[in-house]
Amino acid sequence: MKLIYFAWVRERIGLPEETVDLPADVKTVADLLNWLKERGENYETALERPEVIRVAINQEHADHAAPLPANGEIALFPPMTGG
Amino acid sequence: MTSVCEPLVRVQAGDFDLATEARRLSDGRRDVGAIVSFTGLCRDEDGRLEALELEHYPGMAEAEIGRIADEAAQRWPLSGLTVIHRFGRIAPGENIVLVVAASAHRRAAFEAADFLMDYLKSRAPFWKKEHAAGETGAGWVEAKDRDQEDMKRWER
Repeated sequence: MKLIYFAWVRERIGLPEETVDLPADVKTVADLLNWLKERGENYETALERPEVIRVAINQEHADHAAPLPANGEIALFPPMTGG
Repeated sequence: MTSVCEPLVRVQAGDFDLATEARRLSDGRRDVGAIVSFTGLCRDEDGRLEALELEHYPGMAEAEIGRIADEAAQRWPLSGLTVIHRFGRIAPGENIVLVVAASAHRRAAFEAADFLMDYLKSRAPFWKKEHAAGETGAGWVEAKDRDQEDMKRWER
């Protein structure tokens, strides 16, 4: 699965994107956030308040209960501040 | 059944010209009675801000603005709709975003432009970083609860 990060999520994790192999029990966006938090202090810091993290699955907004696709790209980012 | 306009969406680093974009929606037409535009500019926050840096999600930025614009075109009888959003470093006084809505009558054009801006603020994947004047560093702009409330005005 390709993961892409933006704004302070990208800065805190320290990577713009990465490809990961997810365990079979990571089925939803919420599962993914929990799994990522275990990967190191940088992920823990970036995702310490999971409720503020916004998610897009294949470039469309998704909520934390959404199931993960078989493949594609998942983006994690803070609330948007465009306009 | 009236036809639904095809919105023009551009996400770009360079500037835009309001007059050019407005003319594009009226040129060669006789049915346009109203053009409403909104331009968002970078302000200096009383001298505190040196520049904004706008990060975006390439691909999704265009797609999401397109989805919002399509919804506006379904909801109001528009003859034309243009949305341009810039990214990269933007200095105070420079343009950030442009919405131009054209219709036979003013109400649809006003409402569609207002709707577009409320949704863009909270749904389009852009993030602003403020570069402070002097040596005081940079920080991400926080989303405001007010922006969420503005978007809820359009629920039905």
